[in-house]
Amino acid sequence: MASGRVRQMLAAPFVAVVRPLVNAWRVSLQARVVLSTLLLGTLVLSLTAWLMLTQISDGLVDSKRDTSLAQAEAAFSEVQEDLDAAGSAEDSATEQVVSQLVASLANRSGSPPGYVVMLVGPLGDEISSDGVTSSSAPVSSDSAPTELQTQVRDQPGTWWTYTDIDFTDDSQSDGAGIAVGARVQTPDDAGDYALYYLYPFTEEERTLGLVAQAVLLSGAVLMLLVAGVAWLVTRQVVTPVRLARRIAERLAAGRLEERMQVRGRDDIARLGQSFNQMAGGLQRQIRQLEELSRLQRRFVSDVSHELRTPLTTVRMAADVLHEARPSFDPATGRSAELLQAELDRFEALLADLLEISRFDAGAARLDITEVDLGELVRREVDAQRAVAEQAGVQVDVVAPVGPATAQADPRRIERVVRNLLANAIAHAHSRRVEVIVAADDEAAAVAVRDHGSGLRPGETALVFNRFWRGDPARARRGGGTGLGLAIALEDAQLHGGWLQAWGEPDSGSQFRLTIPRRAGADLRGSPIPLVPDDLTVGRPYETTSGLGEEPPDTDPAEDPAPDREPTKETAP
Amino acid sequence: MHRGRVLVVDDDASLAEMLTIVLRQEGFDPVMCMSGDEALAAFREHRPDIVLLDVMLPGMDGVDVCKALRAESGVPIVMLTARSDTVDVVVGLESGADDYMVKPFKPKELVARIRARLRRFDQPAPEQITVRDLVIDVAGHSVRRDSTAITLTPLEFDLLLCLARKPWQVFTREVLLEQVWGYRHAADTRLVNVHVQRLRSKIEHDPEHPQIVVTVRGVGYKAGTD
Repeated sequence: MASGRVRQMLAAPFVAVVRPLVNAWRVSLQARVVLSTLLLGTLVLSLTAWLMLTQISDGLVDSKRDTSLAQAEAAFSEVQEDLDAAGSAEDSATEQVVSQLVASLANRSGSPPGYVVMLVGPLGDEISSDGVTSSSAPVSSDSAPTELQTQVRDQPGTWWTYTDIDFTDDSQSDGAGIAVGARVQTPDDAGDYALYYLYPFTEEERTLGLVAQAVLLSGAVLMLLVAGVAWLVTRQVVTPVRLARRIAERLAAGRLEERMQVRGRDDIARLGQSFNQMAGGLQRQIRQLEELSRLQRRFVSDVSHELRTPLTTVRMAADVLHEARPSFDPATGRSAELLQAELDRFEALLADLLEISRFDAGAARLDITEVDLGELVRREVDAQRAVAEQAGVQVDVVAPVGPATAQADPRRIERVVRNLLANAIAHAHSRRVEVIVAADDEAAAVAVRDHGSGLRPGETALVFNRFWRGDPARARRGGGTGLGLAIALEDAQLHGGWLQAWGEPDSGSQFRLTIPRRAGADLRGSPIPLVPDDLTVGRPYETTSGLGEEPPDTDPAEDPAPDREPTKETAP
Repeated sequence: MHRGRVLVVDDDASLAEMLTIVLRQEGFDPVMCMSGDEALAAFREHRPDIVLLDVMLPGMDGVDVCKALRAESGVPIVMLTARSDTVDVVVGLESGADDYMVKPFKPKELVARIRARLRRFDQPAPEQITVRDLVIDVAGHSVRRDSTAITLTPLEFDLLLCLARKPWQVFTREVLLEQVWGYRHAADTRLVNVHVQRLRSKIEHDPEHPQIVVTVRGVGYKAGTD
């Protein structure tokens, strides 16, 4: 990620500044537009300012050069004339003449002096750095570069170059300038002198500084204004978009009547229109489905009432007949018995069907309290003791010493345990049934293990199907409605828990219920392995979750942690 | 032996008749009433010891009848309902019913419940129990705060008495069901919740912050001590 690299590149203090910016860049379209406008605008403006300043400084320097050259040339010829005139007059010391000349030249430069006059000479073969004979201000002869001095010495005419003017005292600061020079001849052949005019760019630099300052200041103000404009303009676009987002969120949260306000006929308005159309369509669909679901639930509820009242009457009548059967002839007596027994099944089936339809309608609700699974299991085992004894099955409970509590709906958990227990006893073939209870920090579990015929490969996925029968050829035993495990799975899922099956032919089967100890928490593992411990080492096994898609648990010796199971399993 | 007069309020003629047959067999003295509107008159006329009340009735429905009955009597009321959804059950109980039975029920279970409701403690010895500022007169079946009498139904009285007799003990909902309702097998603990709410609304100064019937989180209830 680019942001990752950015973060690495920046030192820690900068991160504190940059991170919110990076964040704003990612999150806010408006910030992004404003920031990019600012960056690009600054770039463009800098380029323009640079071009402008270059042009101005070039112009200033050129005009300064032109005026300087013209002034210097005029001065040179005047000086030569003066010298020639002096030569024809009475002799006087050349030095003196030259010094006077310089002083008179300097007087013309005004105050403060616009230029410096420098006289070097008499010219010899060597060009020395301290060859200044006279000057209007204390300057070093380096102010006229060696090349210029050479040119002036060797060739007649006026020469010029850009230079750095080097003042030898602090009266003026050093700076760039133009040096113009020419050779002047003294009258008494005392030697030639080189006369230089040094024009510093002080004035031009000051002007350029002022211009640059103005450009920078106005540029900064301009950038701020541009950023503000960008902010305002994007706000026009972003505000409706944000509004749409908020409305969409509210729609998603179930407030289906929310709509966007549509004003005008622009793109934003059209977006709003389409959005509202979509919301309207969704609302219609959902209302329709809700209505259907409501009707469905209502129907189920009505059927429940309508069926239950006559069933109660029939039930009571059958009971009276059943009580009186000793006085009937054998056939009638047996009929009364069958009537009674089948009514039990009919009732159980009706109850299970209503329960399933309640799950299907999404009307099932949890009634959460703190439940001790150990106690609950013991109670259910006690309740089925008689049935177990009748089937010749011994039921053992393996529970921790302390409580294994979980936040759950006790009626539903009881129903699941009752169901698993009844199934195990029915398929135990008179062998032992174990009920294991365990809990860790996050999950509590109950596993019911039988040593009966077990499940064939693939069947662990099927046992949770509605009305599924293990062996179609096997006679149906009374009792089961064929919906028990399907309801148990729904109950487990309602708790955010798992109900899983393991089985192997002739080794029996194990059903494990795992629920989170805190209601609504996610399950990540179960405190009980799905495959019983006595079978996991060195034996082939067949195991699946409720869906039959998950690979079997690994050998506990290799994986000491509680097994990890899929969090999702749906009834087919 | 007279085992109690039962008023059966149900609009389903067959069920009502079947109920009377079964109840008569069990030695009760059943009286039928086919609609909610007549229920109150029938109650005043026959003075039953217990009322079996169907929730869905033409005219005045079961919940309204229940409220009307409660307004003038503490007679035990058992609701007969075709729905076992929490909302329906709780609405029924909150309207004043002592117990409810979901259709289809087994006749034996119904009879057991009726007997449990009619079971009264044998003449208790004169005894006064005090819970905070409440005084319970056990023999006189009355509860007073200062000199004001508080009207409780027999079931609410039994519930309060059960808790007050052993203020040091926390009662689980299951134990209360057994001791107050007389059910040996765990029935619906919602019964306890709703009745505790109703009892609190009558005896607590502030039912939102109960001090007499105190909830012990994750366990059950106990009588508040000073």
